[in-house]
Amino acid sequence: MKKIQIETSINGETVEFLCEPQQTLLEVLRDELGRTGTKEGCGSGDCGACSVLMDGRLVCACLILGVETAGHEITTIEGIASEDGLHPIQQKFLDHAALQCGICTPGFVIATKALLDKHPDPDEETIRYWLAGNLCRCTGYDKIIRAVQDAARTLAHPA
Amino acid sequence: MSAFAYMAPTSVEEALAALKKVQSAGGRAQVMAGGTDLIVQMRAVDKAPRTIVDLKGVKETRRVDIGATETFIGATLPSAELNEDPRLLKLFPGLLEAADLIGSTQIQGRASIGGNLCNASPAGDTIPALIANGAVCVIANASGGRELAVEDFMIGVQKNALQPGEFLVGIKLKNPARRTADAYLRFIPRTEMDIAVAGCGVALTLDAGGVCTHARVSIGAVAPRVLLVPAAGAALIGTRVDDAALAAAGAACTAAASPISDRRGTAEYRRKIIAVLCRRAGAIARDRALGAAGA
Repeated sequence: MKKIQIETSINGETVEFLCEPQQTLLEVLRDELGRTGTKEGCGSGDCGACSVLMDGRLVCACLILGVETAGHEITTIEGIASEDGLHPIQQKFLDHAALQCGICTPGFVIATKALLDKHPDPDEETIRYWLAGNLCRCTGYDKIIRAVQDAARTLAHPA
Repeated sequence: MSAFAYMAPTSVEEALAALKKVQSAGGRAQVMAGGTDLIVQMRAVDKAPRTIVDLKGVKETRRVDIGATETFIGATLPSAELNEDPRLLKLFPGLLEAADLIGSTQIQGRASIGGNLCNASPAGDTIPALIANGAVCVIANASGGRELAVEDFMIGVQKNALQPGEFLVGIKLKNPARRTADAYLRFIPRTEMDIAVAGCGVALTLDAGGVCTHARVSIGAVAPRVLLVPAAGAALIGTRVDDAALAAAGAACTAAASPISDRRGTAEYRRKIIAVLCRRAGAIARDRALGAAGA
């Protein structure tokens, strides 16, 4: 199958790549562009490990074709930290030990970013429903919820 | 996934031309909206090569038009976007609740009402809500298009009424009259991220005295198709939608159901729970209609 040339924006940078029509955005990110921060879990939209933002909206990269991203803006985990250091969400996940094996963590960080962009002061129920599409086999979720609550407080009242 | 081709038309005309082109070449055209079901199916179930015709660039499928008497919802708009529209939330709270129940936040960022309808799963959550609202499918084809009531669109398990060369542009709904409201409830064994064991949509209109003058009830996941249950609607009309009327409507739903037993629930359980869902959804729609009386 002939490869198609796609131009998109990834983490604010214009990126051109060639992909086959059946390649998912997840495959393009990891295999064509070498951006392996986005993880593959289930590959069927159930686990959220491959969460990215597309035009600011939370989506699964495994359920989007690379060709569908033409002209859109993608944000991956590599675009979350700044040159000054970790994003407060990332720092709070570390502070609260809200990760163990780490495979789900990039997806949780991205999903939390989307949550706090939309709901800066979410209650626990809102957090749990919003993150229901992100599965974690290690933490039991409680530490993740605490990290998200703390990140929300920090973002609302930067030190 | 096996190799396939991809086309991204930007108008209804281009999309129709794309479908025709693929079909005249002897290929298999596959219309795509959000892709949240389709991509999973293509990876795991039906891997046959095909040409994807992605409708998300077709501007007619991305519109919400709220007119004086009716509302059009484009087929490919993701449910997350619909649920951010305060006008739609006010007009069709039950339909928006149904869309909001499907999948995770990530899935809702892509999944559309049009896709949910075209997939034609008996457990598709938006379908009973659409049928209760009397929604009509706006279908594009080479002969100027056609319209079809949603209850006639789903013709079997994962089968819809679209003919080759046709696609769903969007859904048309009559704007609710005064003291009209809808509701949708489903049962799942947990609180989030599951497929309906049974689901029920109700839309009804009350007169100034609180008597029901119009009602439509639709049930999902309890038959090979999502069904309109005219007897359930009739049981509410002429009543104040009190407990006795709701019980009669629920019994009509049980009578109309022909469920299967599977790992989500037995047929017997589904027949019972569909009556409960009908009673509760009917009460919510009634209370909403009463609450909207002054609006």
